[in-house]
Amino acid sequence: MGLNRKDLLGIKDLSVGEIQLILETAEPMKDIIRRQIKKVPTLRGKAVINLFYEPSTRTRTSFELAGKYMSADTINISTSASSVVKGETLRDTGKTLEVMGADVVIIRHSASGAPHILAKHLSASVINAGDGFHEHPTQALLDMFTIREKKGRLEGLKVAIVGDIMFSRVARSNIWGLTKMGAEVRVIAPATLLPPDIEKLGVKAYTSIEEGLCDVDVVMVLRMQLERQQKGLFPTIREYSRLYGVTAERVRLARPDALVMHPGPMNRGIEIAPDVADGVQAVINEQVTNGVAVRMALLYLLTGGGNPHEAVN
Amino acid sequence: MKLLIKGGRVVDPVNGISRAADVLVAEGKISAVDKNIAADGAEVIEAAGRLVVPGFIDMHVHLREPGFEAKETIATGTRAAARGGFSGVACMPNTNPVIDNHALVEFIKSRAAAEGAVNVFPIGAITKGSKGEELAEIGDMKLAGAVAISDDGRPLMNAQVMRLAMEYARMFGLPVISHCEDLNLVADGVMHEGYYSTVYGLKGITRLAEEAMAARDIMLAELTGAWLHVAHISTAGSVELVRMAKKKGIRVTAEATPHHFSLTEEVVGSYDTATKVNPPLRSADDVRAVKEGLRDGTIDVIATDHAPHTVEEKDVEYNYAPFGIVGLETAVGLAFGELVRPGLLSPEELVMKMSVNPARILGLEGKGHLGVGADADITVIDPELKEIVDVNRFASRAKNSPFNGWELTGLPVVTIVGGQIVMQNRQIVV
Ligand SMILES: [Zn+2]
Repeated sequence: MGLNRKDLLGIKDLSVGEIQLILETAEPMKDIIRRQIKKVPTLRGKAVINLFYEPSTRTRTSFELAGKYMSADTINISTSASSVVKGETLRDTGKTLEVMGADVVIIRHSASGAPHILAKHLSASVINAGDGFHEHPTQALLDMFTIREKKGRLEGLKVAIVGDIMFSRVARSNIWGLTKMGAEVRVIAPATLLPPDIEKLGVKAYTSIEEGLCDVDVVMVLRMQLERQQKGLFPTIREYSRLYGVTAERVRLARPDALVMHPGPMNRGIEIAPDVADGVQAVINEQVTNGVAVRMALLYLLTGGGNPHEAVN
Repeated sequence: MKLLIKGGRVVDPVNGISRAADVLVAEGKISAVDKNIAADGAEVIEAAGRLVVPGFIDMHVHLREPGFEAKETIATGTRAAARGGFSGVACMPNTNPVIDNHALVEFIKSRAAAEGAVNVFPIGAITKGSKGEELAEIGDMKLAGAVAISDDGRPLMNAQVMRLAMEYARMFGLPVISHCEDLNLVADGVMHEGYYSTVYGLKGITRLAEEAMAARDIMLAELTGAWLHVAHISTAGSVELVRMAKKKGIRVTAEATPHHFSLTEEVVGSYDTATKVNPPLRSADDVRAVKEGLRDGTIDVIATDHAPHTVEEKDVEYNYAPFGIVGLETAVGLAFGELVRPGLLSPEELVMKMSVNPARILGLEGKGHLGVGADADITVIDPELKEIVDVNRFASRAKNSPFNGWELTGLPVVTIVGGQIVMQNRQIVV
């Protein structure tokens, strides 16, 4: 059984069963990455296009490798300009790629909902690689994969997400995914960076990092976009770091075996102390590896793949 | 030429009429309203089972001419009005150039006389260029025929300028139409702020952006004694502010749009830019409050804020699309579906909000009623007629309607302007 859907636009639309299927399919994919010869023929003859309207080395490379390890033809299109500036609509760009034969279009865009526009007009599969501050579903999937791998489960775990919740697609996707999978989610941020009605998403909101980190199993640190300060949402980077930076001392408030995660790229010394980023509890590098495995699983499942063991052998 | 509208139910609240009667029109005026008027050579419009009402007037329309003719023109916008059952529209001055002096008001009137399918009543700007700095020549625009003043679309942030405008406009008896929006509180928002803006990842616009400004303008109206008309009221808090102001005897009226009583913020989740509008679609509680405000009389007028944009302008990512919904051709159907059939408004009350009150607020002599001698501006409505909204059949140049594909029941079938039929059987005939 593959995924019975054309697109992956957000975690909000996924069922628990679908999330489980993706996470389980990612396990054998991870084995491929560990091999000497990292190549299976599963997606041979499929064209996978990375359409990136926002700079992102990490996510783009991860998708590109995921496609290549499975023998897909992968192409990257990077453009920092929005369609408004560029003069071609997103719909036209997508249609052009489709008539050239694209099977999967992976889109990163600074405007929330851009992948939805594309998905509505294309018969190719569309994967959201991050849109505005709406969703970043593959990040949440790789985070859930990592937690499950380390902790053996998601259900019943306490996960704290720290940082700019207001403008974070990573936070939103993780909130949907983790709450669906039975984890208890807390969000920690200054009041000016907590989105309206955030608790209606089934999380508990904290403005004190000390309270929020108490006894959690996972500390998920978000990247602080430095332009938030320029918009006046908090006084200074220095004060943010002092009040909300994840330091070794604060990590000790969590459970002793708590994981420390970060979607990268990190602002060391701002949202996360260097010794925490490099410490034994950090699983930040594993997150990156798992990202490739999860994206392989997704490409496989969205292009009609069923039994994951078929893909591997 | 004579016209006889036969066998309909005449709903004319000003003259206390709500019964089956014929209406005879001669030389552009109502010449008789009575039972069994003989045709006597007049062209007969059969209206059995239909409502015959004083022509609807939409007091909040953007015709976009001059300056933005790709979006709409006086010719196309007034045809959209005719198809929507409106015999008159008041057009907002945020064109290019902004309608802020006598000559430009004259220009609109002459273009409307040459090209318009329905009556056009120009609204003048409050400040020169709608820049919010110096008062426009309000008195001179009144002499040219401006029916109100407004800086719609360019909210007047400077309270002192608004105060002066109200004091000044009061001398001429002109209502000051306020687009209540504190631009600092809007802070780049694109939809209503709340649970859904969080879920959809779009920047929110707090209710307070409207309410803080409505409160300011109501207090300024109290101070100055001017007539404040609150445009496109959209939140429960603003409705309550207007209700309290009316209780205190402050001269304030208000309008609501069909989209604000028909849709909630939830529809923004499609990222369809036809749902992007200012003020934004609000929560279910706000929609209920707007409907209650219409029911209890707090909100005097239904106006569309018809805001046409080109397909190209709207066919972009949600954040980049301009705000605005076209409303002229769906207003009557939505009002019937959301307000009249559910029993919130009687047909008489609907006529008050779509004809009588706009005519009163704008000071339109001979409009808003069907008394003998009144202008023969008449709308005939078939309350049972169904139609699926198809934006490609709009007379408007624009297609930005979130109601495309909706089935509406209760539609205008004849629009008469000054004794001339301009729309019949849903077709424009001018
Ligand atoms: Zn406005």
